[in-house]
Amino acid sequence: MNMIEAINDALDTMMGHDPDVVVFGEDVGYFGGVFRASANLQKKYGKSRVFDTPINECGIIGAAVGMAAYGLRPVPEIQFADYIYPGLDQLISEAARLRYRSAGEFTAPITVRSPFGGGIFGGQTHSQSPEALFTHVSGLKTVIPATPHDAKGLLIAAIEDNDPVIFLEPKRIYNGPFDGYYDRPSKTWKNHEGGQVPEGYYSIPLGKARTVREGAAMTVLAYGTMVHVAESVLAEKGVDAEILDLRTLWPLDIEAVEKSVEKTGKCLVIHEATRTSGFGAELVSLVQERCFYHLEAPIERVTGFDTPYPHSLEWAYFPGPVRIGEAVDRLLKD
Amino acid sequence: MADDTAPIRAMHGAPAASARGNLPPLELHVPEPHSRPGEKPDYSWLEIPEAGSLARPDEACPASETWAGTLGMVRVLDEDNRAVGPWDPALDPETLRRMLRTMALTRAFDDRMYRGQRQGKTSFYMKSTGEEAISVAGAFALAADDMVFPSYRQQGILIARGYPLEEMINQIYSNRGDRLKGRQLPIMYSARDYGFFTISGNLATQFPQAVGWAMASAIKGDTRIATSFVGEGSSAEGDFHAAMTFAAVYNAPVVLNVVNNQWAISSYSGFAGAERTTFAARAAGYGVAGLRVDGNDTLAVYAAMRWAANRARANGGPTLIEYFTYRAEGHSTSDDPSAYRSAQEREEWPLGDPIMRLANHLIALGEWSEEQQSEMDREVAEEVRTATKQAERNGVLGHGFHHPFHTMFEDVFEELPWNLEEQAAQAIREREIKWPERVGQKHSGDKPRTSAQGSTESANEDGRGEGQ
Ligand SMILES: Cc1ncc(C[n+]2csc(CCOP(=O)(O)OP(=O)(O)O)c2C)c(N)n1
Repeated sequence: MNMIEAINDALDTMMGHDPDVVVFGEDVGYFGGVFRASANLQKKYGKSRVFDTPINECGIIGAAVGMAAYGLRPVPEIQFADYIYPGLDQLISEAARLRYRSAGEFTAPITVRSPFGGGIFGGQTHSQSPEALFTHVSGLKTVIPATPHDAKGLLIAAIEDNDPVIFLEPKRIYNGPFDGYYDRPSKTWKNHEGGQVPEGYYSIPLGKARTVREGAAMTVLAYGTMVHVAESVLAEKGVDAEILDLRTLWPLDIEAVEKSVEKTGKCLVIHEATRTSGFGAELVSLVQERCFYHLEAPIERVTGFDTPYPHSLEWAYFPGPVRIGEAVDRLLKD
Repeated sequence: MADDTAPIRAMHGAPAASARGNLPPLELHVPEPHSRPGEKPDYSWLEIPEAGSLARPDEACPASETWAGTLGMVRVLDEDNRAVGPWDPALDPETLRRMLRTMALTRAFDDRMYRGQRQGKTSFYMKSTGEEAISVAGAFALAADDMVFPSYRQQGILIARGYPLEEMINQIYSNRGDRLKGRQLPIMYSARDYGFFTISGNLATQFPQAVGWAMASAIKGDTRIATSFVGEGSSAEGDFHAAMTFAAVYNAPVVLNVVNNQWAISSYSGFAGAERTTFAARAAGYGVAGLRVDGNDTLAVYAAMRWAANRARANGGPTLIEYFTYRAEGHSTSDDPSAYRSAQEREEWPLGDPIMRLANHLIALGEWSEEQQSEMDREVAEEVRTATKQAERNGVLGHGFHHPFHTMFEDVFEELPWNLEEQAAQAIREREIKWPERVGQKHSGDKPRTSAQGSTESANEDGRGEGQ
């Protein structure tokens, strides 16, 4: 199963389990979404549970808040993460604070799904990685799967969660894992362990990282597409690194991070988003605060650049094997 | 890992129906288009007023005098291809032929660029097929220096204003001649010297910006007006309503256009409110003038835009115009319209094809012939071909990285801060490792430079297969 199919399966499973789950967004109903994540759901569950919306992200998220106040579990789609911005006030000032300001009278069990990230020649408005915006907001949970298996289990957990969750889907790996070499033939999920998606209900708890690979030389913290890029670079370099796929940025599995860094003594943080004030900055601070006496080298951070995502120089922007490789070498030298 | 015994979450909300006497359960209405794939298109819902039937209010009239007409339609060309009624702009044949040619050129351009995308010369393209009258006649009705805040389907405006096709293609191919330095998605032009504001991928953002530009023009006592275009689907965005409010409050000299081409990707116009009233009728709620126009009637488009532009220029205030048209092709090269709409819809679109209608009008006037039409089609295709050839000398997207890597860091700010300097050095170092065959081809672009400098000097273009 590829990641889109896994997401579709998760939505299907949850809609079947819980009559309060509703799915909506631009082009989501009859057509099943421009990436096909909600394909066939309208036919199965009817137009009042799966429907198209006007092109109005503020309306989509605002309506989700109202639906949640009634008692539904809305799962809106924002067509591209770059288009969450028109809905940000509803998300940040409203959804995220409903529980706090009403002392629990109202809650917002909303799961906002949205494809994000670069690597598809989307130019500066179809490529961004805005996750740090969300982790900066108190009251939001941020989830990013890296495999179809995780996408299904995490999405189910997100929908069941009683707090608002931003579920960001790395669209570069919808169809297959990506090793960072854009000029090599693309792979599919078929022969990848993460492409094995169990039928029916299962969930993966939010706040638990996945150890992609155990190792002793260093700890690599990554999520989404970058998990696969890191994995292939480190395998190619033959480095005995431990790779953690964070899976949820918030709540963060700090225990797993601490345990691993204490074991390896070195830490490399990788993300595709711009560097300054990115989520990597938070990770580096946390590791520094909590594991300082175990560190044998300065923490390394590999990221995208502090510019909008360029169209034609996309592969120069992308934090690929060379950038990661240099950071790995620096870490190993110490 | 699978656990089919997962509990169904306890309902924490209200019961499905709060019993209250014998009231009927409430129902949600979700719009449904008039036909779907495999169905015969249904146009019975569509009321097309006769050409010439709508009154033409005075350009200086109170806005309220236009509101009754917002449920009708400005139409000039009748069944027999004659221009009739009070909205006939009475243009001379030479102007009509120039408009016709510009529309044909726009279509030929679209066709060629669409093929270019299919051939892998760029990543993406969006056609304006069937909507050429709106951009082209609109541009003809405006002054050349009026400012346009376009959406992504108004390439006809640039073409009408004489923007070089080659420049457009350079942008589409993100090649070394692209004056936007390869940053934007193809078709997202920016041409300040042609009064064409840079296109954003975020829908409807340009609408309030146009109002702001028009306000600035008024603040400075200028005579130029602003205009903006938005799709009917995007008119659901908050930005649309922000623009209308500001335009009304300040009586801004702006023409705000909604291109109602019936479809927003797979969502039909009902999802933007079309089931309840026309898009033009929204004008009344804000107290601005409104016009609804047959968007496939070049003369009607020209007349409406001219009316609104004159009104704005005479301090009569803003106008909201709805162009009723049909998106004949897919949304973009990434779209397959046969998955959500009837394939025949396009053929049976009752308002015809704008180019054919104008051509037939000229023929009816005795000012044009089918031979001239085919000769013109040949010429515009050739013109596009030549421009494409020329642009391809600057490379196509698939030929690699045409822009000096340092340009990626320019224009974020006026001055490069230290972090971007460091990152630029990193990118350039990476290039030498990733693409060692290019190390000997260093160019001045990799040295720090100011934003003001152009970026057209050569990276190389022979690194085939290095892009994607
Ligand atoms: C803020 C925002 N939300 C969503 C999108 C994705 N999107 C791009 S085009 C489009 C449909 C627009 O339809 P319409 O406004 O009717 O214009 P048309 O394509 O028909 O010309 C959508 C939803 C976007 N670009 N920006």
